[in-house]
Amino acid sequence: MILTKSAIAGTLESSDVQITIEPNHNGIELFISSIVMGQYGKQIKDVVIKTLEKLGVENAKITVVDKGALDCTIKARVECAVFRAADITENLPWGEKL
Amino acid sequence: MKTRLRRTMMFLNAQRASLVKDAYIYKPDSIIFDLEDAVAENQKDSARIALYNALKSINYKGIELVVRINGLDTPHAKEDIRAAIAGGIHAVRVPKTETPGDIYAAEKEIEKAEREFGIEIGRTMIMGAIESPLGVINAFDIAKSSKRMMGISIGAGDYTRTMQTTRSIEGIELQGARSQLVIAARAAGIMCFDTVYTDIENTEGFINEVKLIKQLGFDGKSIISPKQIPIVHSVFAPSQSEIRRAEKTIRALKEHSQGGVGVFTVDGQMIDIAMLEGANRTIALAKASGVYEGDL
Repeated sequence: MILTKSAIAGTLESSDVQITIEPNHNGIELFISSIVMGQYGKQIKDVVIKTLEKLGVENAKITVVDKGALDCTIKARVECAVFRAADITENLPWGEKL
Repeated sequence: MKTRLRRTMMFLNAQRASLVKDAYIYKPDSIIFDLEDAVAENQKDSARIALYNALKSINYKGIELVVRINGLDTPHAKEDIRAAIAGGIHAVRVPKTETPGDIYAAEKEIEKAEREFGIEIGRTMIMGAIESPLGVINAFDIAKSSKRMMGISIGAGDYTRTMQTTRSIEGIELQGARSQLVIAARAAGIMCFDTVYTDIENTEGFINEVKLIKQLGFDGKSIISPKQIPIVHSVFAPSQSEIRRAEKTIRALKEHSQGGVGVFTVDGQMIDIAMLEGANRTIALAKASGVYEGDL
């Protein structure tokens, strides 16, 4: 998937995560901050990377500000940010890549 | 399942992660994930994706899962339906339903999504939210419009606005609509749900309203706060005296019918076969509410 612009999804509310995504040409650059970094930092990274792989995103700078989100919330916000950055608003591949 | 306990249908904003993740702990009978009025226009996509992921990942412990989609006259409805069906939603609540045509339009998209995502055709139920005078007038036709219809409900906010009035504590402005909707639902053989009560701190007013709508024949109520759940469940649970009367009625009818007697008295009340359905319903509701200790 090709990203054409920067996008943000999610919020800084408790149990949520804010994902900022920007197109780049250097592969995946990932910056994570979390209120539970020690316990869940690696898991957050794994969820973000796996979600990007499924969506076919190979080049992006992603900033993750986590406020204790479940994996499904992290996945949802990454997906939303990616589709916004790729300007895709309908006919999402529910069930396949999501 | 079209017929089940739906005393409480709890609305929550599908975009709010903190609400979505553990709504089941409050044990409503149904959860309504809202993609419509609670969600800002520029977050409709985010709410929809959050809903899909929640449906696929979170165990809601047997609670019925409903989505309130955006209106079919908006650019969001079709994708709302696709996401919800793909996620395995149980029912779709169609807002601002005014004619059977609104249900037909939703059903067409639902069936298309069921085919696309390999969901059994017909599995997804529909409920129509009636929020205008035209919807109230057409309530019976709406209720009968599809085999998927499991219920109709009244949405007081938009209804009172279109009736050019405002909500009051007594609810007189809803009297006509409530009566018509319950009659329409019963005639069509589906369920009927009352509107939300927005004054969360007014417990006494809420209890009075729940008692009123129960007496009118409503099956349940839309709610907006977990605090409201135990109140509704308590009001809807049959009292022990109602349960005892139902037990006596059922046993007496069985005994007298064996003797060829069709009408008789129990505790000074006339009993005939017409009472049996109500008595059975009381026992079923008591069992479902967890307050039945008898042996029927």
